[in-house]
Amino acid sequence: MKNPYVPAPAKIERIVTETEDRNIKSFDLSFMNKANEEDFRFVPGQFAEISISGKGEAPFGIASSPTEKGFLKFSVNKAGVVTTALHNLEEGEIVGVRGPLGNCYPIGALENKNVVIVSGGFAFTTLRSLTRYMLHEENRARFKDITVIYGARTPGLLLYKDELDAWRERDDLDLHVTIDSAAEGWKGKVGFVPTITQEVAPSSEDAFALVCGPPIMIKFTIPILQKLGFLSERIILSLEMRMKCGIGMCGRCNIGSQYVCKDGPVFTLGELSELPGEY
Amino acid sequence: MSLLADLTGSCQVLAPVRNGDSLVFDEIRARDEIHLSECNTRKSVKEIFFPQRERLFAYRGQETREPSFPDEERVLFGVRPCDARSLCLLDPVFDGDDFKDPYYCSRRRNTTVVSIGCNRPMRTCFCTDTGGDPFSLEGTDVLLIDMGETYFVRPITKKGENLLAGRPGFEKAEQDQIRRKGEIIEKAHQSIHSGLNLERIKKELDKDFDNPLWDILHEKCLGCGVCTFLCPTCHCFDILDEGDSRKGERIRIWDSCMFPLFTLHASGTNPRPSGKERMRQRVLHKFTYFVDNHSRVACTGCGRCIRACPVNLDIREVLEALQNPE
Repeated sequence: MKNPYVPAPAKIERIVTETEDRNIKSFDLSFMNKANEEDFRFVPGQFAEISISGKGEAPFGIASSPTEKGFLKFSVNKAGVVTTALHNLEEGEIVGVRGPLGNCYPIGALENKNVVIVSGGFAFTTLRSLTRYMLHEENRARFKDITVIYGARTPGLLLYKDELDAWRERDDLDLHVTIDSAAEGWKGKVGFVPTITQEVAPSSEDAFALVCGPPIMIKFTIPILQKLGFLSERIILSLEMRMKCGIGMCGRCNIGSQYVCKDGPVFTLGELSELPGEY
Repeated sequence: MSLLADLTGSCQVLAPVRNGDSLVFDEIRARDEIHLSECNTRKSVKEIFFPQRERLFAYRGQETREPSFPDEERVLFGVRPCDARSLCLLDPVFDGDDFKDPYYCSRRRNTTVVSIGCNRPMRTCFCTDTGGDPFSLEGTDVLLIDMGETYFVRPITKKGENLLAGRPGFEKAEQDQIRRKGEIIEKAHQSIHSGLNLERIKKELDKDFDNPLWDILHEKCLGCGVCTFLCPTCHCFDILDEGDSRKGERIRIWDSCMFPLFTLHASGTNPRPSGKERMRQRVLHKFTYFVDNHSRVACTGCGRCIRACPVNLDIREVLEALQNPE
């Protein structure tokens, strides 16, 4: 019987400070043991528990794509005990990784469909994984038009800036990057994510929308997507909740009868509307 | 009880023993240490399978060392049928289709459960309302019934048969004894509280998450969490590290949905910010969410939460209020 509580050791290969407030860093981790690396097969949307001995564990969405081999990327906002400890680590140090956990984005359903990604702030992580996955040369043909609307409060708070620059050059991706209010030197869009979504007005025909961001962004984006004709079954969200075990036992991350760690974190708007609004 | 004497000589036996003014399950070495009075143990048997504090593994740096999972047989003796049933409710949580908790599963595998029927249920007992019975066989490997001068012994499972095989001191029950056993069972049934309709309660609970009754029902609750700790089916836990970065252990300890920190995000968001949401969660989890997931209520009617509550909050009254909203 595999013990689901024991993490696999992984080395921090690379640390990138993503935001100018230095609150978000990305960590590229590689497993110390080949067997652990081979066991860890994931799909965009899943998460893992990262542990630091003496500090404990915390769950993070996997920001890298399965098509990126040899490492796992996690973008971590410094907020609590574990994330602060993580931020204090250096390249070459060892952490524990437990996963992959949770369900994933419905890749199969997205095939041969237009995909609209709407994201804000540091919630972009697993959607970056999905975008990267769909853009991979072996996968791109399986999906129709891909639209990405991504925003942050200021240019300095955007994640993956180099990658966004590279994506701008692509003609197989419709990218809209926005910031909340005008800033010097910023040439992109200005406005809140819901407003920009309305402006871009992606067609709902033969399309799925995937939304992840702060609650306030989700609250105002959903009605716009619905007005554009997206059905509840085709609006897909990824939720956050305080978690410990990650395997549906410890009891804290439920919304009604569903455990975000095991039955989620990915839910359709239709599924969520059946659950109590306790999140 | 020659069976007990024989068992203590051959394997580890855990049974109710006196500890101060309450009964607890502990290892016994001689038959006279056991206390099979009419009253149930203060804590339920869940801690035998899911201890209040448990080491998941020890670590040195990032190197982890799992504890060994012992396969030594042990007997849990003198369990009340409600507690035996509770194991059938914990099984789908810890021994699920997707994930198996090796700590719980190994203990469950190695333990034979010998239950004793309740001839005189307490006033706080309501097992029959929750699908149980003072003589329920669920989760039980061997059932005992106290006949006064002797015990009626019935093996229920293969495990139970194996436990009894070759043990001394059994005689076939006589007609008169069987009749008397029937009377004991009948009397116990008559004395037990009944009046809850759990199907109807579930319907009411499913109907209105924002039922204004919750505003009143939760008011008395202090949020002390004693109900969750004593409950045989509550299984929430926390995982944390004891030690420093070089050396220590990762442990799990019981936690409670009644505590405000239980669901508090690092961002400061709390989906269950007040006692109202927390009490609603506890009741809904037991009487609707668990039913949705596992087709039965997560309550055995043992009554511990009623007996231990410092403000006399009676779960039966809460359920009755929800069942009859007018």
